[in-house]
Amino acid sequence: MIGADAIVKCLEKEGVTTLFGYPGVAICPFFNSILNTKIESILVRSEQNAAHAASGYARVTGKPGVCVATSGPGATNLITGIATAYADSIPLICITGQVDSNLLGGDVFQEADITGAAESFVKYSYLVKNAADIPRIMKEAFHIATTGRKGPVLIDIPIDIQNKTISGFKYPESVNMRTYKPTVKGHAVQLKKVITELQKAKRPVILAGGGVILSGARKELRDFSHKYGIPVVTTMMGISSIPSDDPLYYGMIGNNGRSYANYAMAESDLLIVIGARIADRAVSSPDLVAKDTVLIHIDVDPAEIGKNVGPTIPLVGDIKNIFNDLAKQDAVCDFSKWVGALDECRSQSMPRKAPRKSYVDPAKFITTLSEKLADNDIYVADVGQNQMWSCMYYVAKSGKFLTSGGMGTMGYSIPAAIGAKKADMKRNVVAVCGDGSFQMSMNELATMVENKIPIKIVVFNNGYLGLVREYQHNTYKANYSMVNLGTVPDLSKIAEAYGIPFVRLKNDKNMKETIDSFLADKGPALMECMLDPMDTVK
Amino acid sequence: MIRVIQLIVDNTSGVLSRISGLFSRRGYNIESITAGITADPRYTRITIVTSGDEDILEQIEKQVGKLIDVRDIRVLDPDDSVYRELVLIKVKVGEEKRQALITVCDVFRSKIIDITKDSMIIELTGTQSKINAFIELLQDYEILEIARTGIAGLRRGSDGVVYL
Repeated sequence: MIGADAIVKCLEKEGVTTLFGYPGVAICPFFNSILNTKIESILVRSEQNAAHAASGYARVTGKPGVCVATSGPGATNLITGIATAYADSIPLICITGQVDSNLLGGDVFQEADITGAAESFVKYSYLVKNAADIPRIMKEAFHIATTGRKGPVLIDIPIDIQNKTISGFKYPESVNMRTYKPTVKGHAVQLKKVITELQKAKRPVILAGGGVILSGARKELRDFSHKYGIPVVTTMMGISSIPSDDPLYYGMIGNNGRSYANYAMAESDLLIVIGARIADRAVSSPDLVAKDTVLIHIDVDPAEIGKNVGPTIPLVGDIKNIFNDLAKQDAVCDFSKWVGALDECRSQSMPRKAPRKSYVDPAKFITTLSEKLADNDIYVADVGQNQMWSCMYYVAKSGKFLTSGGMGTMGYSIPAAIGAKKADMKRNVVAVCGDGSFQMSMNELATMVENKIPIKIVVFNNGYLGLVREYQHNTYKANYSMVNLGTVPDLSKIAEAYGIPFVRLKNDKNMKETIDSFLADKGPALMECMLDPMDTVK
Repeated sequence: MIRVIQLIVDNTSGVLSRISGLFSRRGYNIESITAGITADPRYTRITIVTSGDEDILEQIEKQVGKLIDVRDIRVLDPDDSVYRELVLIKVKVGEEKRQALITVCDVFRSKIIDITKDSMIIELTGTQSKINAFIELLQDYEILEIARTGIAGLRRGSDGVVYL
């Protein structure tokens, strides 16, 4: 057995069945070893998308996604994908080939210091210098990626280490890392405080973030909210942590969020933040939150508490565990008056200004599309105006809503949708992107067709990088710079080139029927929606 | 506010760069950083002097504590810790002023570890304030070079000693 065999064996031991990658000489021993196994390797068209696909895969399965690239440019191409996963706390195992360990540091062909370059975007990284360490390192990597606050772990393996013969392969049963012990169980005293504060509160609000989904606590969140009648708002990453039709759900907060969600948060006297960072896009000035609001911050990462807002009542631990512990306690509360006030506020909210009639209304389209999706289907939003519309008008049921929230990486949706679909071929997966983001990852249409991963892709065509155009409209008095995409290529021909069905929606007429047939077909499909180039988010 | 943080870290390759990288990318100050192996060669003790307001200092502790190589992190409270720094100072000094300088060195209990015709290297160990005072005093002479090690520190007493 050689080092490369050992890596593959470790992946098998961890239950990996699929990985996404791109070869090169420095990773060839690995891709040779994987041939005779049950692990399916999916060849993407660019390494960045291998990481995005692994991210989509991880977000559906709850297990770490695996991506593999070669040394040098292969590895550096991964970085944006790794950073995207890191910002959203998605567990990834990223394996890169490296030049011969004897040549390291010599600036040889396709050498890049990838552990150094990716340092600030990984939870941890390894440069393997001894083949005998492979089983321990792989075990630790999976452990680190999937516990505590999840995230990507990078393993860089020189080609000679991959080729080195090792004897007596033994995969460790357990991890022995004395320096890494994340807190998973909430502190009993702090748990009590939550209930005490809840009893004192008159206007409590739960702010749910991506951590709720990552810890698999969607049901627990709903149970907790319903037990006491506490209104829930979410961050962008928290979308789909609670169904849209839940009477206690008041939408996404933030600049591009619902006015009544922001109102609920601003007026609350007790804000329970769960698995959210309270970052700049969610709350324009975090200092305001805590002024006369009691703030309880529940997160698995102690460093998030007090980072952006404070002072708080901290509660560190895995969210699902904490909900389970909270469920054992009881309190008598009645927030019906507060809920009534919020309902009133919601009923008075103004609808979005509809675009010109000759174009598709993206709000109406997204609502219709997501309503027509089956309960468990997956919606992947890209980045740009399309993301803002998706966040506002997506109707969450029990399926997941995936997007690049922290990093805001354009081109995320198509590869992530491919990964998500691969994770569960029974569900429909829809990627909704703009004409800008589509052109960033349209090369992955080949991956989709070649590997028979039938996702549905919707492209909003407005000929602009719309969100930046909107920003320039407001900030630079419509002096547009670098935002005009000019002629978007004829997408019907692109669809034809890849041999996939295509449909173009010019306006709101026939929207329902078009979406129905778009979703009904078993295979992949591409839909283009013609949008008003001057349409705005709000 | 100045704070002295002591870390015990796994002696892995790149551990110092992971720690200093964290400080630079999050915009924390490092006034000084020293690292050296402990009695157990698997671990390194790193002493960092940092500054910032209370919120930043708290974030520093939490973010550094999150690094996987960091085994132990504690703040060395000035009231129950000792800090020392070592400095080597090369002074340009000829025969005529040499004796006066030696007298100053004696007062500070520093050592003269090298003498040439026109220069002298002085070694001094002490708290930062003592070293600063000494350097201040040497302004009358021409200082050619200074090498300071940064602070090393330990907590007093045998309570809470986890590592050698």
